[in-house]
Amino acid sequence: MRRFAFIEPPDLAAATEALARGAGKAAILAGGLDLLGEMKDRIIEPAAVVNLKTVRGLDAIRFEPDGSLRIGALATLASVAAHPRLGREYPAVAQAAQSVGSVEIRNVGTVGGNLCQRPRCWYYRSPLHKCLKKGGDVCFTTVGQSRYHAILGGGPSYIVHPSDLAPALIACDARITVVGPDGTKDLPLEQFYVLPSVRLDHETILKPGEIVTEVSLPASASADGGTRSRFLKFREKDSFDFALVSVAVALRLQGNSCSAARVVLGGVAPTPWRSKEAESAIVDRSIGPRSAAKAAAAALADASPMSHNEYKIPLARTLITRALLETADQGTGLAPS
Amino acid sequence: MSGRAKRRAFTRRAFLKGIGLGSVGATVLAAPPSKGTRPAAPAGTGRTLGPGAVAITLKVNGVARTLRVEPRVTLLDALRDRLDLTGSKKICDRGECGGCAVLVDGSPVLACMMLAVDARHRAITTVEGLSTGGRLHPVQAAFIEADALQCGFCTPGFVVAAKALLDEVKTPTAEQVREALGGHLCRCGTYPRIVEAVRSAAGRKG
Repeated sequence: MRRFAFIEPPDLAAATEALARGAGKAAILAGGLDLLGEMKDRIIEPAAVVNLKTVRGLDAIRFEPDGSLRIGALATLASVAAHPRLGREYPAVAQAAQSVGSVEIRNVGTVGGNLCQRPRCWYYRSPLHKCLKKGGDVCFTTVGQSRYHAILGGGPSYIVHPSDLAPALIACDARITVVGPDGTKDLPLEQFYVLPSVRLDHETILKPGEIVTEVSLPASASADGGTRSRFLKFREKDSFDFALVSVAVALRLQGNSCSAARVVLGGVAPTPWRSKEAESAIVDRSIGPRSAAKAAAAALADASPMSHNEYKIPLARTLITRALLETADQGTGLAPS
Repeated sequence: MSGRAKRRAFTRRAFLKGIGLGSVGATVLAAPPSKGTRPAAPAGTGRTLGPGAVAITLKVNGVARTLRVEPRVTLLDALRDRLDLTGSKKICDRGECGGCAVLVDGSPVLACMMLAVDARHRAITTVEGLSTGGRLHPVQAAFIEADALQCGFCTPGFVVAAKALLDEVKTPTAEQVREALGGHLCRCGTYPRIVEAVRSAAGRKG
């Protein structure tokens, strides 16, 4: 790791100022898990690290009187996973938080850090590869190993977004708050992420000096507000791992009939991947094995696998089918053995 | 230091440190002259530490220890290389193996992925801090009784995380043990005995 100055701002204004003064050479530290990994491998070499933990109040999790929920960017994944009311009202979000890493990682890792973490692509993480995302001129997945890479939305880079929390939050209609030199922005989390065809150097709209401070979830996406949600994740190593594929669904049901749906995939695209195709295939239908399988097929209809990741297509289909059926209490979709 | 420890004039670690001295000296000589280690932060922007070495105090195993580190030094390196607490192991150094686990304010964290400057004002417990008065912590004793280790390199991380689990859940199920220790790798594959050891330690008094 290169040397850096460690800055402890007392408030957000000081933090944004320190970042702005760093002119792109200052990095934000929250839990630090992703940041330190990047610094150790010299993927980034900031001259200054701004510790957000000295800014008070960024780690709060609180329900508003109207039933909506606000989660501070510095809330740990452990605190999200263990929050009883959050788990009841937005189960997909609690399940996603619980699925991240190990106990040790969840104790330190934060919501903001999980949403802003950089790709796990081995070429991106390799100090030896100057890939497209690091200013080089080739995405090595197109000539090398692509087994963990994108089947949807790829090009010119084929990373997948590693966040588990993002698909769950987007399924629950989350908004994100960003504070920066130009003031405060509040936008749907879905619009926070951008494909590599739009922006290559980063996966989000964040500009230097901008800080994610909070995500908020509407009461309408909660159990109390009539929405059921669920998150499923498939990983190669069951004890702790990034997702090969994950899916979050949020459904409004009248009996077994679906009146509104959000279906968001993780691990398949350079951003969390909302499938409006799957959503429109299930809305106004009753949820059962056939309709769920149809929705799952619709989600993957446009998938274009690379040399080594075709397995993700049936995997994603199965997870979507299961998530829809389980959310509607219609079994798991698995054939009886 | 006990009389017995004093008599151990020659240890493997002392030897390794001794042969490393030459290269440490060379590094110090090659370093550019320091221009003052604490640049003053402009008013209102908060405190700036480094990039040069700064004095920090870490509360480790109940004792306040003052040391000088650059902000880039991880908690793990500070514990092992500066405070001589070599129980926490540096294995993957990327948060993927659990060998460096320590307790911070009672919760297990990965010392390799936390900066030492970020651990100020927190209570740090390493595996060295688990035994009291020469008496092993019940988890440590249970590991020995259940023969829950082979090479032993991963053991401190497992023991520390298991201690944290038992502080929270008095009699965990095998599934709860596996979940709590899921972030730890043992390449000798002693997992079944580790689960057995943790469950047999449950409920014992320290």
